[in-house]
Amino acid sequence: MIQAIAFYFFATIVVGAAVMTIMAKNPVHSVLWLIMAFFNAAGLMVLVGAEFIAMLLVIVYVGAVAVLFLFVVMMLDIDFAAMRAGFSRNAPLGLAVAAVLLAELLLAVGAYNAGGITLGSPDGSAMQAAEVSNIEALGALLYGRYILLFEIAGIILLVAMIGAIVLTFQPPKPGARARQDVGKQTRRRPEDATVMKNPEIGQGVEL
Amino acid sequence: MTAFFQSLGLSYEWAWTVATVAAIVIVSLLVMFSVAMVIYVDRKVLGAIMLRRGPNVVGPFGLLQSFADGLKVFLQETIIPTAANKGIFLLAPIITFTVALAAWAVIPFWDGGVIADINVGLLYILAISSMGVYGVVMSGWASNSKYPFFSAMRASAQMISYEVSIGFVLVCVVLFAGTFNLSGIVNAQQGFGFGLINAYAVHPLLFPMWVVFFISALAETARAPFDLTEAESELVAGYQTEYSSMSFALFWLGEYANILLMCSLNTLLFWGGWLPPIDWAPLYLVPGIIWFLLKTFAFFLMFSWIWATVPRYRYDQLMRLGWKVFLPMSLLFVAVTSGYLMATGHFDKVSTADMPAPATEIVEANPAQPTAVRGQS
Repeated sequence: MIQAIAFYFFATIVVGAAVMTIMAKNPVHSVLWLIMAFFNAAGLMVLVGAEFIAMLLVIVYVGAVAVLFLFVVMMLDIDFAAMRAGFSRNAPLGLAVAAVLLAELLLAVGAYNAGGITLGSPDGSAMQAAEVSNIEALGALLYGRYILLFEIAGIILLVAMIGAIVLTFQPPKPGARARQDVGKQTRRRPEDATVMKNPEIGQGVEL
Repeated sequence: MTAFFQSLGLSYEWAWTVATVAAIVIVSLLVMFSVAMVIYVDRKVLGAIMLRRGPNVVGPFGLLQSFADGLKVFLQETIIPTAANKGIFLLAPIITFTVALAAWAVIPFWDGGVIADINVGLLYILAISSMGVYGVVMSGWASNSKYPFFSAMRASAQMISYEVSIGFVLVCVVLFAGTFNLSGIVNAQQGFGFGLINAYAVHPLLFPMWVVFFISALAETARAPFDLTEAESELVAGYQTEYSSMSFALFWLGEYANILLMCSLNTLLFWGGWLPPIDWAPLYLVPGIIWFLLKTFAFFLMFSWIWATVPRYRYDQLMRLGWKVFLPMSLLFVAVTSGYLMATGHFDKVSTADMPAPATEIVEANPAQPTAVRGQS
């Protein structure tokens, strides 16, 4: 009973927020609705007993990815009229993408219902029947059976990260502003920079 | 509490729901009360260090000052700037406040004294505290004003930077404890130091991590010396500049609730939570919550002490500390800690004691041999 209420509560908000994400006129509002959808999707994950995935969803998507989205969108100077002008021109493309997504979704549901998934029944009860917490089950799989795939994924991410750094790194130009040396700055004392002088009246100071 | 509501004739699931809601209300009220008292303590400590008296007019020793302030703020008019984005402007303080309270759901006050004793307690804390940045960013953007926007940019960069090293510090603790459950982490600390001291922080590998965590906690809560988000000399009052009355108060309450949360996390993760400092039988006669509150309060005193004594960091120094000092250091310690634990055979102990056998069964589950697990599908 309560589970059903909670499920429909989260599900309604996810769908509603997703719709609002594409309907909202202000892009910042769109991102905020998207965050709302992420957060409630995490609620759905908790309901099916995948609390680890739920927490990761919040930490990674809500806590990191969406913050970057929000950053970018807030910084942009967007012309709303120009954005809406392209609606009819881009509509066929959008519909095509939507059709592909729908087909994939149907395919996935069909494949799922057909069975043949080794780790867990379609209703997802197998994991709980094994009395293993999410983290342990995932850890055993990732670091056991799928260790090679896991490490390959890690290396791909590392390559992407190094690539991004290489692409954006600019060596300091000679003659540009001097680089700061924090150690040097904090070692600096008043004696290094100031001198006490007591000049005669009308004489001034020579340095 | 569930049993009490069941005795009133409710079915188990409704009794559980009512009991949990009651627990949430009680904990929230207590946290709010502590926040009020802690604001008073903060001002008193600051006053004492600055050779002032601090609040001393309202009630005995000025104890009721925070409540008087609360009442005053409650009666003020809420002003919304014309150019503000109204919905988001009002939503931002509510998010800050709610998120600050929500994190308390997994904090164990004594053995078993926790609203939701979930497996992923620590991850929940990370997730919720990563939500905290939205209150700040939204308020900065929705205010439609220069200083709040600058402040929001600073705050989000700062929070994200320090969350990374906090995450790695937590990994070190989790490696030692073998669980993400906060009660489990506290219980693992019993007699940890030479069989005598109930604290993780005495370990040479964990003590530096505690220092990193403590400083990162200061940065995460935008507390001095990292209070760049509301640096008065540069940004008026930071992201709160355009706020008034209750919407302003919600920011303050949320901020202090977060500070208390960080203090209690210091206690739980490194200093033995509700356990007495020394593993000696007579000390266990004192209720666990007393130890927990004492330790948390001690950390809060350290927070105020630091506020009064340390000058504010420059923004580039803040970023340098986060990314160039703490991040490599905590990464190194994760590697060293796991290597050390591997070499000393810590994981063998954990895996036999805590990890149920089916974990390995799933790995070895062979499609050719249907096991009991797969038999249910």
